[in-house]
Amino acid sequence: MEKLIEQFSLGLFFWQLVLFVVLVLLLKKFAWKPILDAVEKREEGIKGALESAEKAKLDMQNLQADNQKLLKEARAEREEMLKEARDIKNKMIEDAKGEAQAQANKMIAQAQSAIESEKKAAIAELKTQVANLSIDIAEKVIREELSNKDKQEKLVASMLGEAKLN
Amino acid sequence: MTIPNIVGAGLIVIGAGIGIGRIGGQAMEAIARQPEASGKIQTAMLIAAALIEGIGFAALFAA
Amino acid sequence: MQNIMSLKRFCFLFIFVTAFAHANEETKPEAGDLKTEIKEYISHHLLDTHDFGLYSYVNDAGEHIHIGFPLPVILWDNGLQVFSSSKLNHGESVAEVNGNYYKLYHGKIYKTNAEGEIRYDEHHHAANYKPLDFSITKNVLVIFLVGLLIFFMFGRMAKSYKNDALPKGMGRLLEPIVLYIRDDIAIPNIGKKHYKRYMSFLLTVFFFIWIINLLGLTPLGVNVTNNIAVTFALALLTYLITTFTANKNYWGHIFWMPGVPWPMKIILAPIELLGTFIKPFSLLIRLYANITAGHIVLMSIIGLMFIFKNWLGSSLSFGLAFVLALLELLVAALQAYIFTMLSALYFGSAVEEHHHDSH
Repeated sequence: MEKLIEQFSLGLFFWQLVLFVVLVLLLKKFAWKPILDAVEKREEGIKGALESAEKAKLDMQNLQADNQKLLKEARAEREEMLKEARDIKNKMIEDAKGEAQAQANKMIAQAQSAIESEKKAAIAELKTQVANLSIDIAEKVIREELSNKDKQEKLVASMLGEAKLN
Repeated sequence: MTIPNIVGAGLIVIGAGIGIGRIGGQAMEAIARQPEASGKIQTAMLIAAALIEGIGFAALFAA
Repeated sequence: MQNIMSLKRFCFLFIFVTAFAHANEETKPEAGDLKTEIKEYISHHLLDTHDFGLYSYVNDAGEHIHIGFPLPVILWDNGLQVFSSSKLNHGESVAEVNGNYYKLYHGKIYKTNAEGEIRYDEHHHAANYKPLDFSITKNVLVIFLVGLLIFFMFGRMAKSYKNDALPKGMGRLLEPIVLYIRDDIAIPNIGKKHYKRYMSFLLTVFFFIWIINLLGLTPLGVNVTNNIAVTFALALLTYLITTFTANKNYWGHIFWMPGVPWPMKIILAPIELLGTFIKPFSLLIRLYANITAGHIVLMSIIGLMFIFKNWLGSSLSFGLAFVLALLELLVAALQAYIFTMLSALYFGSAVEEHHHDSH
């Protein structure tokens, strides 16, 4: 310890202190500050670039997700539209069928009624013709019958007999 | 240098040597156990060793 | 790969030259006791000198021949006295300046009479008047040159950032170290909020100690960090910065430790206060002692080569010296790292925010 104190040189201490403090101050101004600032700036730049890259990636992912969503939506919409179209088609076919059925029924009904009336008319006609024919025949018969007296009386008698029955 | 001084200095050196040796050994064990923390362990080891060394030197100069 | 190879080769060459140059200085063709001479040489090597000596030897006529250059001596002795150290002639003659006489004795300048007589006290210490010595000694010159070197290195590096975000040349090597100090020393120990204030000191102290330690391993024979005055100045700065930037919480922890009963607080206060001085003191002793011990051991083993005087012992010593020189390269960086690290730790404790409520 004693040796150490003896060895201590005030001059060297003084110079070391002065030179070192001057060195620290000079370096601070001309070296450390610019170096550390530059390094920090660079690091900040790298950080910023990385962050923006990350952000771009995220954006990209979002965009992709959006696209996916859009696609899905479009697909769903298309599905919907197709379904709707199918439904409409079915409905239309259904409607058309129904209408046709109705029409057909109506037509059948009309035809039936027409047939019915025709039939009635035909029957009526037939009846009149038959009546006419009968009358003609009857006239003819009667004319022939009535040409002789005897026969006339016989007929009247038969007719009277028939009429009694009625 | 007198005899007691020399003996004292020797004791100091032995003590400091054991201390630093133990620190080094334990640090190596710790590194072996957790190699991923080797940087931190090394720093702590150096600081601890430096502190013991400082005491050792101080005592050595006092002796 | 090429670079690593050439770096290895360079390191090898460097250490070899170092060892060789140290060795070279010791081979004095003298009949005297080699051991004492080596001891003297080592203790002389560790001291600061008033001239920049590169090489010295004793010629056939028994005269000491010094090769090197003189440096200015600045004394405060009733006014400023400035003269060249060549006048002191390595303590072999008395320098006469403005009617005052000075003599170099064991590396210190004493005021003497015209004959250069040194008087001694009972402990065999020189009792002459010692003027305040502010000389530009070898170490002061080296400190200045290293400062200049660091300034140019980092000034250039700073300039290279102006045009480009990436450093060029030396900056590529230095930037990772700067970032290491910022990210692994300053920020973890001081915290993100306050670390910027201390970066200048931490970076400067790291590079200063590292480069000056490395320079101590070169054959130039400069040893700056093994001067207690140098390490004291550095540790003093750490202490002053810690003390003047400390917040209320720091002083609170020293004088009135929270979370302990009050009698303990009274006992702890002086201990903690003493601790604030011991911390920087251990810093200065550690750096000084490590570098001094490293130099002594390395040079002793190099000296052993010449004491053994047989091929086995000498070559073993050489191998040992080689390994130790490599170790010293590590120590040079390690001590700079530890000084910076512990300084950062102390700064961190000075600005630590209050968070001990849970205790």
